[in-house]
Amino acid sequence: MDWSQIGNWFVMFLSGCGVALEIFAVTLVCAIPLGVLLSFGRRSKYKVISWPVSLYISIMRGTPLLLQLLFVYFAPKYMFGLNYDRLLAALIAFVLNYAAYFAEIFRGGMDSMEKGQYEASAALGLSKPQTFFRIILPQVVKRVIPSTANEVITLVKDTSLAYALSVEELFSIASKQTNFSGTITPLIIAGVYYYFFNLLLSLLFRFIEKKLNYYK
Amino acid sequence: MVMLKVENLSKKFKDLEVLKDISLEVNQGEVVAIIGPSGSGKSTLLRCLNQFEQITSGKVNICGDDMIVGQGKNGAIYAPKQTLKKIRLNAGMVFQNFNLFPHLSVLKNITEAPIRVLKKPKEQAQQEARELLKKVGLESKENSYPCELSGGQQQRVSIARALAMNPKILFFDEPTSALDPELTGEILKIIQGLAKEGRTMVVVTHEMSFARDVADRVIFMDGGYIVEEGKPDDVINHPQKERTKAFLERFTSLRSMASESDDVQ
Ligand SMILES: Nc1ncnc2c1ncn2[C@@H]1O[C@H](COP(=O)(O)OP(=O)(O)OP(=O)(O)O)[C@@H](O)[C@H]1O
Ligand SMILES: [Mg+2]
Repeated sequence: MDWSQIGNWFVMFLSGCGVALEIFAVTLVCAIPLGVLLSFGRRSKYKVISWPVSLYISIMRGTPLLLQLLFVYFAPKYMFGLNYDRLLAALIAFVLNYAAYFAEIFRGGMDSMEKGQYEASAALGLSKPQTFFRIILPQVVKRVIPSTANEVITLVKDTSLAYALSVEELFSIASKQTNFSGTITPLIIAGVYYYFFNLLLSLLFRFIEKKLNYYK
Repeated sequence: MVMLKVENLSKKFKDLEVLKDISLEVNQGEVVAIIGPSGSGKSTLLRCLNQFEQITSGKVNICGDDMIVGQGKNGAIYAPKQTLKKIRLNAGMVFQNFNLFPHLSVLKNITEAPIRVLKKPKEQAQQEARELLKKVGLESKENSYPCELSGGQQQRVSIARALAMNPKILFFDEPTSALDPELTGEILKIIQGLAKEGRTMVVVTHEMSFARDVADRVIFMDGGYIVEEGKPDDVINHPQKERTKAFLERFTSLRSMASESDDVQ
């Protein structure tokens, strides 16, 4: 076994890790607030808002992310002859898709809040924004942490789907190297990177959960 | 001075009329107990007075402010927001299942609204909260979280929380129903103490001894109506209406059955 080659791969893949990390970070930073907004839309008492938002969420969750990636990139290309950056296309698709999942998680958290919390707040004279930000939101955050953690860890693995758009992220570099070298070692190295990143994330989430465990 | 005046209040859920032609008055310093069978509309009445349910028709005046200003096709027309907020601040509510804020410490549960709503300085709010905790016998628990307290202690915190807003009238919806029997006494004693201070209170309760000993007046509700009201002794010991008699008889027989089974243990 050629150890120096393995070392080379580890270094070579760092750029792919960077791209994967970029997809990961941009998706989280954009999809979480968008998801929160969508969840409000989904819970709106006005059907003209809640209905299209429900449809959107249901389509994003009901079709493959891979299909959405290709659609976001190729639809403008084939329909309007518009060529644009593949990484940007991947980012858009990831944000649109993950926002739908986060919206559902957040909606579930909001729905699980007891009516009594709103009533007690109202009886004390707290305004609607005060009730939301000081009473409801902190409790919802705690409730959605476990399912958010699942989603975030899935996202790390899903970044590899950008491979389908030939984005130079970790997985596409690794699979290219596998073809070149005729060994599966590059795939294993990529796996190690994914695994350790997710290990870190799950430790982080466990820490957050513990932090929020001061009440039941 | 009249602190609560309800005239011909009606509340419908869709087609089901749950409160029918309710009229009542509560004077300053008066303690009124509302009793009645399950489903008679006691909670719905308190929820209407606390603006949790939309009133269908009738008038409500709390501490001099009209909550209802007119009658629309689909229900009563409410006063402007500012008035409703003022009414909110004049009325306090203690819930059957406490509804404490689980993510806030006992002290913060109590100071949250005084600080955010009344804009009291933090130190003053905390000072007052500590005094209230002392009053309900929980001075050592200010840093605990609600989940660390017994049901009786939680209810005492929720009473302190309501008192911190210094409401002019306090509503209680079965404040002891979610508690183990041995814990109801401590809560009722606190309410009795508040009565002695001259607080105006409306208490929905299944505790007949409390209604008899603490209330100035008892209202018996059944089927959405106020069937009978008067001095505790009159309503509980000498009811005039058949429905009141039937309710109290069933109630006392259940009670004696319960105490007999207690004796066996
Ligand atoms: N949100 C609602 N929608 C429809 N019906 C309701 C609603 N809330 C209460 N009701 C009905 O109104 C009636 C009165 O209910 P309410 O809770 O006021 O009774 P209660 O006197 O407080 O009873 P309990 O002693 O069991 O607490 C019941 O028939 C109940 O089913
Ligand atoms: Mg009730």
